[in-house]
Amino acid sequence: MNAKALFLALAPFPAQAQGFANLGTSIEGYALPQPGTAFTFPQDHGAHPAFRIEWWYVTANLTGPDGTPYGLQWTLFRSALAPDSAPTSQVWMAHAAVTTPDAHHVAERLARGGPGQAGVTADPFEAWIDEWRLMGDNLETATLSAQGPDWGYDMTLTAQGPIVLQGDQGYSVKSEDGQASHYYSQPFFAVTGTLHLPDGDIPVTGNAWLDREWSSQPLADRQTGWDWFSLSFASGEKLMAFRLRADEGAPFTAATWIAPDGTPTPFPTGAFTATPGDTTTVADREIPTEWRVQLPDRALDATVTALNPQAWMETSVPYWEGPVTVTGSHEGTGYLEMTGY
Amino acid sequence: MTALLAVRDIHKAFPGPDGPIPVLRGASLDLASGRTLALTGESGSGKSTLLHLIGGLDRPDSGSILLDGTEVTSLDDRGRARLRRESVGVVFQQFNLVPSLDVAANIAFQARLKGASDPSWEAHLADRLGLAPQLRKYPEELSGGQQQRVAIARTLAARPRLVLADEPTGNLDESSSEAVLALMLALVAETGAALLCVTHSERVAERMDARVHLRLGRVAP
Amino acid sequence: MTRAGLHALLSHWRRHPLQLFTLLAGLALATALWSGVQAINTEARASYAQAADTLGEGRLTRLLPPEGATIPEATWVALRRAGWLASPLVEGRLGPARLLGIDPLTTPVQTGPIEEADTADLQAFLAPQGALLGREDTLAALPDTGATPIPSPDAAPGTVLTDITTAQRLLGLDGFTSLLLAPDQPRRQTPLAQVAPTLRLQPPDQSTDPAALTDSFHLNITAFGLLSFAVGLFIVHGAVGLAFEQRRPTVRTLRALGMPLRALIALMALELALLALLAGALGLLLGYLIAAALLPDVAGTLRGLYGAEVAGTLTFRPLWALSGLAIALAGTAVAAASALRRLATTPLLAGGTRRAGARWAARRARTQGLVGAALLLLSLALGLWGGGLVGGFATLGTLMIGGALLLPLLLDRVLALGQHLARNPLPQWIWADARSELPGLSLALMALLLAMAANVGVSTMVSSFRQTFTGFLDQRLAPELYVGVSTPAQAEALLAALPGTVRALPIASVDRPLAGLPAEVQILRDDPTYRENWRFLSAAPDPWDQLAAGQGVLVNEQLARRAGLAVGDPLAVTDALTLPILGIYGDYGNAVGQAILTEPLFRDAFPEVVPLSFGLRLPPADVPALAESLTTDLGLDPARVVNQSNLKAISLGIFERTFAVTAALNVLTLAVAGFALLMSLLTLASIRLPQLAPVWALGTRRATLGRLELLRAVGLSALTALAALPLGLALAWVLLAVVNVEAFGWRLPMFLFPLDWLRLLALALLAAALAALWPAIRLARVPPSLLLKVFSDER
Repeated sequence: MNAKALFLALAPFPAQAQGFANLGTSIEGYALPQPGTAFTFPQDHGAHPAFRIEWWYVTANLTGPDGTPYGLQWTLFRSALAPDSAPTSQVWMAHAAVTTPDAHHVAERLARGGPGQAGVTADPFEAWIDEWRLMGDNLETATLSAQGPDWGYDMTLTAQGPIVLQGDQGYSVKSEDGQASHYYSQPFFAVTGTLHLPDGDIPVTGNAWLDREWSSQPLADRQTGWDWFSLSFASGEKLMAFRLRADEGAPFTAATWIAPDGTPTPFPTGAFTATPGDTTTVADREIPTEWRVQLPDRALDATVTALNPQAWMETSVPYWEGPVTVTGSHEGTGYLEMTGY
Repeated sequence: MTALLAVRDIHKAFPGPDGPIPVLRGASLDLASGRTLALTGESGSGKSTLLHLIGGLDRPDSGSILLDGTEVTSLDDRGRARLRRESVGVVFQQFNLVPSLDVAANIAFQARLKGASDPSWEAHLADRLGLAPQLRKYPEELSGGQQQRVAIARTLAARPRLVLADEPTGNLDESSSEAVLALMLALVAETGAALLCVTHSERVAERMDARVHLRLGRVAP
Repeated sequence: MTRAGLHALLSHWRRHPLQLFTLLAGLALATALWSGVQAINTEARASYAQAADTLGEGRLTRLLPPEGATIPEATWVALRRAGWLASPLVEGRLGPARLLGIDPLTTPVQTGPIEEADTADLQAFLAPQGALLGREDTLAALPDTGATPIPSPDAAPGTVLTDITTAQRLLGLDGFTSLLLAPDQPRRQTPLAQVAPTLRLQPPDQSTDPAALTDSFHLNITAFGLLSFAVGLFIVHGAVGLAFEQRRPTVRTLRALGMPLRALIALMALELALLALLAGALGLLLGYLIAAALLPDVAGTLRGLYGAEVAGTLTFRPLWALSGLAIALAGTAVAAASALRRLATTPLLAGGTRRAGARWAARRARTQGLVGAALLLLSLALGLWGGGLVGGFATLGTLMIGGALLLPLLLDRVLALGQHLARNPLPQWIWADARSELPGLSLALMALLLAMAANVGVSTMVSSFRQTFTGFLDQRLAPELYVGVSTPAQAEALLAALPGTVRALPIASVDRPLAGLPAEVQILRDDPTYRENWRFLSAAPDPWDQLAAGQGVLVNEQLARRAGLAVGDPLAVTDALTLPILGIYGDYGNAVGQAILTEPLFRDAFPEVVPLSFGLRLPPADVPALAESLTTDLGLDPARVVNQSNLKAISLGIFERTFAVTAALNVLTLAVAGFALLMSLLTLASIRLPQLAPVWALGTRRATLGRLELLRAVGLSALTALAALPLGLALAWVLLAVVNVEAFGWRLPMFLFPLDWLRLLALALLAAALAALWPAIRLARVPPSLLLKVFSDER
């Protein structure tokens, strides 16, 4: 089967909010995120099958020997078909991409849980699907690899800072109705490795950002998509911010300002604003590939521009995801994900 | 001398758009063996119809046709076919011949149908009618006059007791008309048959022993 | 003026509705025959395409386990983690259906039905109790499994799609029966030999594509399609010619009244186009009905023959409808072109003497005959020296067209001879008259010839196929019982459990190229079964003794033909083993080459292959008891204990259905050809009176003339039938010995079925008699006054 249909139902994206609703019983029997839950590592690096969905999400901004900017993405999604926590009740989906200024390579993998084609172990840490893997000792250091028919990458990640808990101590609220997830990040990875491109191998260095999130019902029904920013500024400060669009009313926003030492400062909805600017026609859709982002509390007023506006993820559930540059009050690089367009 | 043909009070009507159209309304005539009789009349007077009835080609509504002792009107389809085959010979104005057969076969056709083919007699007829060079030709390759000669030869080859001719020269020009008529009369005389000849031509009628004039379906006094 | 002209032209139809009917019916029948056959073919092909798309078999490389084993799940996972995009398949039979277990998450092929299914169904698909996706009729025939049936109209017919885990549970299998490799593999993979050394790669192979085999049956139908097309064109031609002939006086009058010829021609062309569209639409409807009536049989045939499934229902396909309408329009255009040309070149007042036309037609018949003879010679040359499938079809085409073109001349000569030999005036006239009638009937007779030749040819082909195949089945299915097990241990247990009176013949084969071609090597135990039943196409003396002594191999016809091998030639079976060929055997229905090795040599050459299937020889009376004990005492899968007589019955049932379809098409083509004859006779009837009137006047009864008309039509048809017989046999020969060899690699021996010919002859004569009956009755009842008009009318 083309997994598209399956993931229309199961994917953790708001674009498929309707799909969630249709499943009806989907959250019944699943665990729900609770505020005040303390994370323990390395256990929480592993899977939480009592929750319906979960992901391990790595993005990296890279630079080649000639200064050319690149980006890569490595994502493993877990979706539970039933709340019984059984390995065979899990379905796994992975996306990998490499973005250059003028090319965007994408691959997708799917797997059923149980046989071991895909899975996550916490100690020693390994997240894999087929031959793609993110593997490392307690996520202090890790290797990361993925490939498609004519491209791929092999990277080594080394943590340069602490793990950052998003939202309220890792409890990240997603709507006024109280939808939420457990969410932590490791935004301080230094990266070295090789990009295998159709034209040849390119040694690269840069920094990577890991997002870990799990939930059972992360979005409200009326929410139609999100715009998600992970930005690293030249100052060493970082910003995680998202904007959840709804059928009506103002978008719900949230942001975490991360100091160079890793100290997070969460901001409630409305503090952070992102305003779409120029759009680009991508896959017959109009996608805003330039944004004005503002967080007045931190004097942030910058423009976020896509490195390659055509960074379209033509996967079972298509979305836009690619590296960006930041100019204005703050300079830097980062990643932008836009769903629901 | 008894009459070969005795026609009494023949009525015949054809269906028309407003009911039957009477064509013959009590026609009568007699013809003795070896005699020739012209049957004249205006167009539509019923002369051709009377000839057809006598020849067993059609049947009258009422009346009697006694041919050589046979009541023609009481014959069934089979009997009339036999009558046409064996007792009478008909020469029409045109299209007398079987298109798919050559001249020789056409001449012999009726005699052979009758089972009385006589090749030397047929050759003699062809000779007399000047058809010897045309024997292997097909009807459509002949002129109108030649076609009528073939029709005469075919009729006489079967030695009928009665020859019926329906405007036999009506489609011919004057000179061939004269030649064909002369030959027909001579040969009919040679076989001793009687001839009933429908014509509207005064010149043709004059050549016969007698004439009967039809008017409005009856013999005019 | 245009309106007045059109009104005058159309008024003819109002006055003569019967003529309008024959024109429309002729066009409609031609369209119906063509489109009906097309619909069946299109539908069948579309079903294959669907099946092939769904399963992707034959177009993807597979990884196969060793003979008799399955692929463990761990091996599959190891392959995935080594960079191999392999997707598991679990295949088997569930009741009457083919059960196909797939992994929806990794399968590289498009599975339309599942994509269309809604989300709740998808969850059910992966749920523990499983789901079965299939057409409603397929699902209805399944035994109770506990899995959720999900109707899916787009599913391949006869196939049930399910998850691998469900398939494993229902089939009682561990592991997978094969792995499908995605077409685009990642850039870096661990070599297969390191990850899964026991698996072997099977490259995409056309021979696993069911379409390749089903083409054999399609050839049958396609031949019918082509021929029905030709028959249809003849009929359209006849119908249009009739429309012109009947309205000659109207046209003459219109022209005399000052209607320009050009406008008149344009009007008639327009009128014909409208009529063609109307008739074409009717024909499509009729064709659809024909197809709908025959399709279940065709579907059954294909299902049984090759396991390829065709849904028994018809869907409307625009392309099919368009092609049908195009036939009606194009056929009308071609036919009208010559009629309009004749109209344009006819002088205004020409009486059109029939004989002149006939003589012209006779000249044309001579020219046509010469062209026909030349085509037949060309066909012979192509058949003998032409190569390839195209050459085969060219042989077919030239043969049929040449035969048709030669027919009028041939009939004319025969009739001339008859006329020459006739002694009595009436018979002489009959022969002569038939000859003169010939030009007007030749088109219809050519159509009849083609219809009958097609019938003889295709019936002979199908019958020969059946004869050969049933003989082949007797030869191949000699063992009374077939038993299959899953493991070598089960095989040992089975052999140990068999009573001493039962002889077990091992069945096993290895896929390996022979003489550079894809082929398989089979094991054979020296046993009287083979010596008594097998027949060779050619063989050395004492092939069985030599085979048993390991002094040679046997090869099938496909291998021998493709590799150009003959008895005595050496064949390398393995790198170390080269043996002479002892005999060549027919192997019908098999797509690949095959060589047979005696058991000891086979076991030496392929020690890894352990036979897991056996043919058992035992007294037929003991079969049920043994089958019972094997399943109950030894626990063998009942599906793998197969009674030979059942197998044969199934195979023969297939042919019965093939025959039903063939017979139905036979009757249809003949009916259409008969209709063509009827129309031609009706056309002739009105212009034949000058031919008949003199004969009538000279003393022949109308009833006699009517009987003679009937006799003439039947006689001409009989002559045509006689001509059709050799043509049909030639057609069969081309199909069996040329086209079949080119298409499938085996040559079917041709068997003759004279009784079939007699039946066909009777049918053809019946069709001719029915066609001639009405014109004959009309003639027998024609009023004398009408006949008499011939002699006085100006025509």
